[in-house]
Amino acid sequence: MNEHLLSMHDVTAEDVVRILDTAESFREVGTRVIKKVPALRGRTVVNLFYENSTRTRISFELAAKRLSADVINFASGGSSVSKGESLKDTALTLQAMGADAIVIRHSSSGSPYQLTKWVRGHVLNAGDGTHEHPTQALLDLYTMRERLGRLEGLRVAIVGDVLHSRVARSLSFGLVKMGADVTLVGPATLIPPDAPVWGVQVSHDVDEVLPKLDVCYLLRVQTERQRLEYFPSVREYARLFGLNRSRVGLLPEGSLIMHPGPMNRGVEIDSDVADLPQSVIEDQVTNGIAVRMALLYLLVGGRGESGEEVPGG
Amino acid sequence: MDSQGLLFRGARVVDPAAGRDEVADVHVRDGVVADVGRGLDAASAEIVDADGFVLAPGLVDMHTHLREPGFEQKETIETGTRAAAVGGYTAVSPMANTDPVADDASVIAEVRAAAARADLADVFPVGAITKGLEGEVLAEIGEMVEAGVRLFSDDGRCVPTARTLRNALTYARAFDDVVLADHCEDASLSTGQQMHEGISSYSLGLAAQPAAAEDAIVFRDIEMARLTGGRLHICHLSSARSVELVRRAKADGLRVSAEVTPHHLVFTDEDLRTYDTNLKVSPPLRSAEDRDALREGLADGTIDAIATDHAPHAVEEKEAEFDRAPHGTIGLETALAAALTELVAPGLLSLSRVLEALSSAPARLIGARDHGGPIAAGRPANLVLFDPEERWTVEPPFVSRSRNSAFTGRELVGRVRHTVRHGVLMVSEGKATR
Repeated sequence: MNEHLLSMHDVTAEDVVRILDTAESFREVGTRVIKKVPALRGRTVVNLFYENSTRTRISFELAAKRLSADVINFASGGSSVSKGESLKDTALTLQAMGADAIVIRHSSSGSPYQLTKWVRGHVLNAGDGTHEHPTQALLDLYTMRERLGRLEGLRVAIVGDVLHSRVARSLSFGLVKMGADVTLVGPATLIPPDAPVWGVQVSHDVDEVLPKLDVCYLLRVQTERQRLEYFPSVREYARLFGLNRSRVGLLPEGSLIMHPGPMNRGVEIDSDVADLPQSVIEDQVTNGIAVRMALLYLLVGGRGESGEEVPGG
Repeated sequence: MDSQGLLFRGARVVDPAAGRDEVADVHVRDGVVADVGRGLDAASAEIVDADGFVLAPGLVDMHTHLREPGFEQKETIETGTRAAAVGGYTAVSPMANTDPVADDASVIAEVRAAAARADLADVFPVGAITKGLEGEVLAEIGEMVEAGVRLFSDDGRCVPTARTLRNALTYARAFDDVVLADHCEDASLSTGQQMHEGISSYSLGLAAQPAAAEDAIVFRDIEMARLTGGRLHICHLSSARSVELVRRAKADGLRVSAEVTPHHLVFTDEDLRTYDTNLKVSPPLRSAEDRDALREGLADGTIDAIATDHAPHAVEEKEAEFDRAPHGTIGLETALAAALTELVAPGLLSLSRVLEALSSAPARLIGARDHGGPIAAGRPANLVLFDPEERWTVEPPFVSRSRNSAFTGRELVGRVRHTVRHGVLMVSEGKATR
């Protein structure tokens, strides 16, 4: 494993298998009455969140706490960050406080890379701008493997605003790495024209793609005004690309519907569809904790105090 | 002060303006070249053993940002011209995007006065094309011409409309040898951009602008030059299509010239993969194909000059999130070595062509008659002596007040030893003398 997790390019296919296997053993911890193991006792994990994200922050916080680490939440509102402190100075402060790992969420692409230049601890990218969100991709891979038993050869469509989606990037890179067959689907303005270089296919016709899928992965449609220059209206988007009740019938039996949340019910996914049994959106959330435990454990806890290897699992 | 003068003994004299490339002695005295030849006898002169070194006309940078007045935390006229001298430059043209903007003769006079106090390089200030660089009302070009300004530019910003550029080109025709330089970029495609649009930008998740943002404006500007008969210069070309447009404009006989920066000749968008903010520049580093076209354009003369676009920024501004860091790299101290390492050493361009692009061509464009050679008896002694073999690694500290160099960490070949300006050593053994 690399020292940091900044991008899905930092992990090999072998690493992915190791992370998912480790997560599987941690998954069981979450079912116990006392959901805690001592793997990271005495270690400090900082959640440095420059962007609001209840879901991801809580998931990382729970993961670290279940590993018995000391957790500090550093959110941009109401901290020195809102007083204009630079990322570098914040990083140096956290460094001085002895952070073993820093989990960073930031609206600027590449911020986790910058952070690695200024701190000695391990950096985990919890989503940076429109770049990547590797822990989301890993929990999605975990969920696919758990439900479908494999990743290799899986046919997956990622539908929506791929251009601005960090989830889409990380998941595409991860799936291609694991030998899956990926199709990016969306309006032509929201799919990078050079995307086939990533080893994926591109389609603008969701109805043509759906019958050939094992997984239909829907992205949240950003409805802020600056996104609306890319397509005429939310209504037209829902009509052409939304997974509605009639369209869902095109999916083969046994296929999965996934979404990284939070959902826009009625836009990219109909409410009824989100609640179907083949929709595994809640599983994704639950698995996220186990996958993040595995990542913290493998990056931070791989070595004990005297430097000896701590047995995995 | 040096009444006996300096005698450069046995230098390889490369003088593009005279078509000379041969080993010779050069005697400098009383601010001018006294003699050029073999076995010169100047017993009382200070002898500089120049065996193995290249003696060339002092370099001329037609596109520099010295930041003064207004942004002295980034650079001053003194620190910037010292960096220039150490880089082998004897003349520089600082751009008008200062605070206040150099859009009238009083700011031009202020810049000139500060340059005279520093006394490290000849400074040819660029005047703004429009008042406040706002792209609407023409600046008082005539008054600035009277104050000696020859090059006008709203650099940093593109002249926003064809109409304004048309009027500026037409108006400037009344003055001899005035050149209007445009930063070509369609703002509707480039606003908020962090890099060149392509597979790298999609992978890095950075807002990007396509090469077409430049190409569309280069085309527009060339058509305005055709319409008006005006004298147009294109700043920092970055794309293959734009090179082709300039090539055709020249073939059509239009009065068009162009420059390219060392960093666009060396780096590509793929080099941004570690989000190094020193590689965040405007226009952005483009594809390898674009870079190769720039090299070809420079080789065949489509692109006239190498200009640094030296753009100092304070450390804390550049040590930031990529999308918050300002655009620009410093370049005065590395331009010659970068060109020698990346263009001459691999055999892409001749030494003479590179030195022409770094000295005689820009000297002609900005009307710096004392610079750019020829190196001949009676001519002002503005010269650079450099070791074409010395290897060095670019790293702080820099002579510039800033250290945002795109070349940081890179090994380059070729280093300035002496810079002579009007017969006086500004730089000796690589160190500024003042």
